[in-house]
Amino acid sequence: MTGFIVRRLLWGVLLLILVIAVTFLIFYLLPSVDPAILRAGRNGSPKVIAEIRRNLGLNHSIIVQFWNYTKEIVLHGNFGYSYYYNDPVGGLISDRLPATVSLTVGAAVLWVVVGVPVGIISAIKRRTFIDRVSMGTALVFVSAPVFWLGLIVLYLFASDIGRFPFFPGSGSYVGLTVNPVKWFESLILPWMVLSATSTAIYARLVRGSLLQVMGEDYIRTARAKGLPERTVILKHGMRSAITPLVTVLGLDIASLLGGAILTEGVFDIPGIGRLNIDAIGHGDVTIVQGTVLVASIFIIVANIIVDIAYAFLDPRVRYE
Amino acid sequence: MSAAEPPMSAGGPTGDGAEAARHGDAGQAFGAETPASAGGPPPAAASSDRLLSVEDLIVGFPTPDGLVHAVDGISYNVERAGSVGIVGESGSGKTVSALTLIGLTQTQGAKVSGRIMFDGRDLLKVSKDELRHIRGNEIAMIFQDPLSSLHPQFRVGAQIVEAMRIHRSITRSAAHTRATELLELVGIPDPRRRVDQYPHEFSGGMRQRAMIAMALANEPKLLIADEPTTALDVTVQAQILALLERLRRELGMATIMITHDLGVVAQIADRINVMYAGRIVETADARPLFATPQHPYTWGLLRSIPTLDGPRGIELVPIPGRPPSLIRRPSGCHFHPRCAYALPDHATIDPELVDVGPDGHRAACLLDAAQRAAAWAALSGGGTPEQAREAAGIAEVAVPVAETEIVG
Repeated sequence: MTGFIVRRLLWGVLLLILVIAVTFLIFYLLPSVDPAILRAGRNGSPKVIAEIRRNLGLNHSIIVQFWNYTKEIVLHGNFGYSYYYNDPVGGLISDRLPATVSLTVGAAVLWVVVGVPVGIISAIKRRTFIDRVSMGTALVFVSAPVFWLGLIVLYLFASDIGRFPFFPGSGSYVGLTVNPVKWFESLILPWMVLSATSTAIYARLVRGSLLQVMGEDYIRTARAKGLPERTVILKHGMRSAITPLVTVLGLDIASLLGGAILTEGVFDIPGIGRLNIDAIGHGDVTIVQGTVLVASIFIIVANIIVDIAYAFLDPRVRYE
Repeated sequence: MSAAEPPMSAGGPTGDGAEAARHGDAGQAFGAETPASAGGPPPAAASSDRLLSVEDLIVGFPTPDGLVHAVDGISYNVERAGSVGIVGESGSGKTVSALTLIGLTQTQGAKVSGRIMFDGRDLLKVSKDELRHIRGNEIAMIFQDPLSSLHPQFRVGAQIVEAMRIHRSITRSAAHTRATELLELVGIPDPRRRVDQYPHEFSGGMRQRAMIAMALANEPKLLIADEPTTALDVTVQAQILALLERLRRELGMATIMITHDLGVVAQIADRINVMYAGRIVETADARPLFATPQHPYTWGLLRSIPTLDGPRGIELVPIPGRPPSLIRRPSGCHFHPRCAYALPDHATIDPELVDVGPDGHRAACLLDAAQRAAAWAALSGGGTPEQAREAAGIAEVAVPVAETEIVG
């Protein structure tokens, strides 16, 4: 088991270096705006631009530039400087991380707490009215794009423009440490919107998974023992049905931690996704590289955690 | 299977001493063990010492294509500490009839009627909770595939402990100790270590032993074994059957053995019911069933088993065709499309189960006694179905068998 974890971590590091190389290459090779020109401002003289190029090390060969970039990240955790903000990218990302984490974790709790029970009930009451209504609703939410749903929700419930002004709307985000109550209120609508699709997906996933498990022979054995149906479903059934859920959950959370771009955009939440969009708009390549890299780290780590969790969830899985 | 202890083969009622001895034993065990069960009546009043009495049980499953007549009016009894075999092909209704006893088909939407008297209660009338308390406690069941029947993500011991703790108040540690003892009882080596392992760490035979241990956890009065050896190696099959037989004698636990293999019931059952298309087509004590079978379907089952002590060079005779659809069953005798001895009117007359011999030997066949005797005499002597037909004087079969196979 320990050997497995060490091996997975080493592979993770290798993968990260690969990601660094690919993002670096993409932004180096693709025709984007010359960072030195951006930096020099609207009327930068060629002399100034040349000096900036020298300062940023842009006059070196691609190999040297890549080496310097990687070295800074690995040795000093330095993701470079934003051309636009003139701040270290690492600092910009860590400033924005709490908002993204708040949004992601809250939404994940919401979609698990709502999606899993809906899925269980749908599976138990298969082909009844309840099942059809839940799965019909789920289909609507699976199909509803976040940017559209976000606007609808704002139109309906936002305190400034809403028809039923219940909750703070766009741009109301306040940090948890600043004011927990306002933090919570400001995230209610974003959580709802961000979790809507996932709630629907998880409900369908749990329903399908549980239905499949309930046809297994060991469920018949559990019933033959005289267990109450509740125990049969929640203990014997869900114990097996939960395994695929954990995989998806780990990866979903990881990919959202890399920035819930649409939700952060619609609700103007200063998270990593928002940072990324703005950086793209500004042609601020180092920030984009940095956010892509951070997102990759989350995904790689989540994959390792999921694999390890598997060994605990299913005794038949053993990593030697 | 038959290598371990072949069923009584072709012809010789005198040929199988072991069989006779086993019957003597079973009778003694019965007489000796009943007093233990709360001063029951003496063996003489055996009919009142009945544990289970199934009367006219009908189980149907409504489907979009029509009603599936899975079990169509079967009746049989199981004595305390007795052993009954239910034999038939897949789809003959044997498993459904057993699952219905513990209420597990009703939850799947089955329509059930009849009576299932178990220890003074009608299992079709008791409340859901009462039935749940009987299930796993007074009636336990083991299944065909022991790997898929054990939960892969719980330890074997924990699964046995759970079976105990549903039905009785016992501490977790006491139940765990008892689980270890049960594993030892069913012959699992090193039970202390094994009790905390997962099913996938067990071999096939050990898994079935673990299933049996789980079934024994609450000392049930009746054990239903549904094809308990089908998924196992032949050598392991014999061990599991010996184990079941030993437990029945030692614990005085009645057994219903469901199988498609007459060789299996030959070793373990006192009374055998042969099922076809949801009905019992022949029922008899084990000895007469193997010695003088009365139903052509039973003949088919017997002649399709290889034996070591039968005449050499004798050809196995498979039963032609497939079991019928239980939605649209053949008219008349349900077996007639596959029967080598069917006469024209057998396609219109539905035979009833009637006495054909002593000790409640009953069969549902339209042939008369002389025809059956002549046909079986020819078959058991190694004759082909054609020769048997001739011997029985039913050579001029109006509906050629080959043609009706397609119908069936």
